Amino acid sequence: MEFTDAVAVGKARAGDADAFRVLVERHSRSLFRLAYRMTGNQQDAEDVVQESFMRAYKQLHKFDERASFGTWLYRIAANCSLDLVRSRKRRGDDDTPPEVVETKATADPNPERIALSTEVRERLAAAMEDLSATERTAFVLRHFEGMCMEEVGRVLECQPGAAKHSVFRAVQKLRRALEPVVSPAK
Amino acid sequence: MNHLSEEELILHYYGEEDGGLEAARHLQQCGDCRHAYTSLQRVLNVVDTYPAPDPGAAYGERVWRNIERQIPSRRGWRLFATPWRWAAAATAVTGLLVAAFLAGRSYPARPVPKIAAADSQSGERVLLVAVGDYLERSQMVLIELANAKPKGKMDISAQQALAGDLVTESRLYRQTAAHTGDATVETVLEELDRVLLDIAHAPAQASETDLERLRERLESEGILFKIRVLGANVRRHESL
Repeated sequence: MEFTDAVAVGKARAGDADAFRVLVERHSRSLFRLAYRMTGNQQDAEDVVQESFMRAYKQLHKFDERASFGTWLYRIAANCSLDLVRSRKRRGDDDTPPEVVETKATADPNPERIALSTEVRERLAAAMEDLSATERTAFVLRHFEGMCMEEVGRVLECQPGAAKHSVFRAVQKLRRALEPVVSPAK
Repeated sequence: MNHLSEEELILHYYGEEDGGLEAARHLQQCGDCRHAYTSLQRVLNVVDTYPAPDPGAAYGERVWRNIERQIPSRRGWRLFATPWRWAAAATAVTGLLVAAFLAGRSYPARPVPKIAAADSQSGERVLLVAVGDYLERSQMVLIELANAKPKGKMDISAQQALAGDLVTESRLYRQTAAHTGDATVETVLEELDRVLLDIAHAPAQASETDLERLRERLESEGILFKIRVLGANVRRHESL
């Protein structure tokens, strides 16, 4: 009994709230992970997820059925996160330290996989927090979500070249912050 | 020899450089660039571990509950989408009005008794009866589909319509259960709801494989068993 996104979107467009519920239940978790990486805060991420689904529902008639619903939803969530991070920075209420989620140290013997010390985790969270809203969005979409620069540009509503530069700046900042603690000499 | 710039290394890492082979060849030959690239990989591998907390399997359901009231449903309106349904509804309303008028004329006027406020016990009882009936009807739909052994495709549109109506109906029960803090009822209704939703939105022609998958799901999630247990509990409370 396969109920694809495309079928659910078609029914939701016709006013079937239950079909939209299927989409909400199917995509909430991945959307949360994206929103969390972009906002760095659990509560903000939850707000972003809800707001994204509300925006998606209101804009369902604009959705091109040939496109992937998941990607479209990601774009909405990325924009919601961007709006939230920008407004947070504008208001200047960005002084709270970034959340550091506990992770288990990896047992992977691969030398590239460094068992994360508290220091590295804190530095990483702080470095992500130091990125501008655009840099962070571009980087999260490219690095974690695997979008190509062109797609990142579409989400950010800029040219692929500008998206590329946002990713470059983000990587440069992350390197500056993390290289001292992840270099083999340490 | 021209070294690779940091931008070129980053593009190479993401597989987005224009001359991919050239960069790879250069990295093989140039120790300095290889060193820079290894350093970049090391940093980005650490970034890979940037965690995002898992909100849990029930997160989607929680999100839905938070936004549900803001999503307008047109299911109710679809009941009156065809002219004959309008005609039937109009006839029924007219009949009720005539009956009420005649009844009013036939019976002598008498003082209106004060309506006693319904106590919580009788409210709960009504809910239990309704949930019990709801569970029975849900079970019938599921058993009907689980026991079907069609040769080829089977038209399940009638069961889908029932499943759709049951999903609409369950909302009230779930909300009431959430309100009264009855977590067991709420959880079983949520699980049942998900199965019914999938049935309601599946293609109307179900294959033997589809039905087999449904059987496996019912079995693995123990849905029918949970319905039976909850149904038995409800009946026991009803009889108290």
